[in-house]
Amino acid sequence: MNDSLDPRINRLKLNKTDDPCKVEEGENWNVFEVFHQEKRGAHHEHVGCVHAPDAGLALVFAKEQFGRRKKCVNLWVVRSADILAFDVEDEDMFANNLEKTYRDASGFKVMEKINKFKAQAKQANDK
Amino acid sequence: MYGGGYIFEEPNRVQQREEQLHDDPEKLAAFEMRIAKGEKIEPGDWMPAEYRRQLIRLIEQHAHSEIIGALPEGTWITRAPGFKRKLALIAKVQDEIGHGQLLYNAAETLGKSREAMINDLLSGKSKYSNVFNYPAETWADVTVIGFLIDAAAIVNQVANAKGSYGPYCRALDRICYEESFHLKQGHDAFIELATGTPGQKAMLQDALNRWWQPIMHFFGPPDKVSGHSEKLMQWKVKMASNDDMRNQFLEAYVPKIRELGLTLPDPLLNKNEETGRWEYSDPDWDLFFEVIKGNGPCNKERLDVRKWAEEHGRWIRKALMKEEAFGKKAMPVA
Repeated sequence: MNDSLDPRINRLKLNKTDDPCKVEEGENWNVFEVFHQEKRGAHHEHVGCVHAPDAGLALVFAKEQFGRRKKCVNLWVVRSADILAFDVEDEDMFANNLEKTYRDASGFKVMEKINKFKAQAKQANDK
Repeated sequence: MYGGGYIFEEPNRVQQREEQLHDDPEKLAAFEMRIAKGEKIEPGDWMPAEYRRQLIRLIEQHAHSEIIGALPEGTWITRAPGFKRKLALIAKVQDEIGHGQLLYNAAETLGKSREAMINDLLSGKSKYSNVFNYPAETWADVTVIGFLIDAAAIVNQVANAKGSYGPYCRALDRICYEESFHLKQGHDAFIELATGTPGQKAMLQDALNRWWQPIMHFFGPPDKVSGHSEKLMQWKVKMASNDDMRNQFLEAYVPKIRELGLTLPDPLLNKNEETGRWEYSDPDWDLFFEVIKGNGPCNKERLDVRKWAEEHGRWIRKALMKEEAFGKKAMPVA
């Protein structure tokens, strides 16, 4: 029938009629984002997505796709449509006000005060 | 494996470049500034229409190449010599299909659906890497594909992984990590034949002779013919010229072939020590374009197999369909 080098392909009785094959929109199901945990205690990190008919099967496909090679102890999946994100155009709202040292650890200099207090106490003692 | 080094563009598409003129010049300047600074572009970002179109074309064809590329090798799983080679080949072919999935997802973030991409593949509108339109006649062909075609694809993919589009780069990082095993197992199988019996050596030499021209075709027509890459290189869609990538491949792999006592079927193939560039006879570019048009030895078989898989898998896709699959839908977010 076919003249392929592959006997399995010859057994398929491939369509010789040139009928166009059309995949309908939505036939490849819905999209799920995948989060991968490399070891216990680590965060789940976003690694990509899979197409699946439901969350359960999305997990199965995610295991095949993202748990196959690198170390993996757990996976999460969530429908892409359910992810809520800021608009990337609004990135500037995350810009740090330089005067916000009051919310950084480095904004508080306790050692200076401690050292000054100790020096003064020592001086008083020495007298 | 298989980033087709050459991305085919239909000649009549060139006129559509006009749409580029409608991009807001201020936004375009800001966009180009970001790329020049080495920033990545993400799915929700503003991008020129032409950038989006070219990326979809590039990533989609790359995805198709992974899926179609698995066919000539998949053929040999049942006939791989020995248990270890069979295990390795199954793992490799599974990886390639996985790469196709990763790349389809990356292309989807740009707004083209998976179904539309599959339809364009089946109708012949969208292309895949030309090398997969040739048959894998013997086991030696599989070792040549696994070693040299994968090596060529890696040259291409490592370059593209430094490109400007975030989702494509992330997919390529994962792909390149997996490819390192593909190349090594291909090289190992190649060496086994090259250092084997006279019969094995002859089989390998024959495969090499048949595959050399498709391999030279792999990176696409010479730079002097393939004119449209300046903008694509500025936008970091294309990361190196066809000739530069071909030269990089020859520099790294011709010595690895020749050190095994094998020859390559091109009397002019030689490194010019003065220029540091490899010189070679021009492969038959007319043949290259004929094969792209669909007239290669395996084009029809490859697409027919793909079509068969779609038609015969439809019932189970439908049987599994759940409300969630119809429900709220979105493209992949990253």
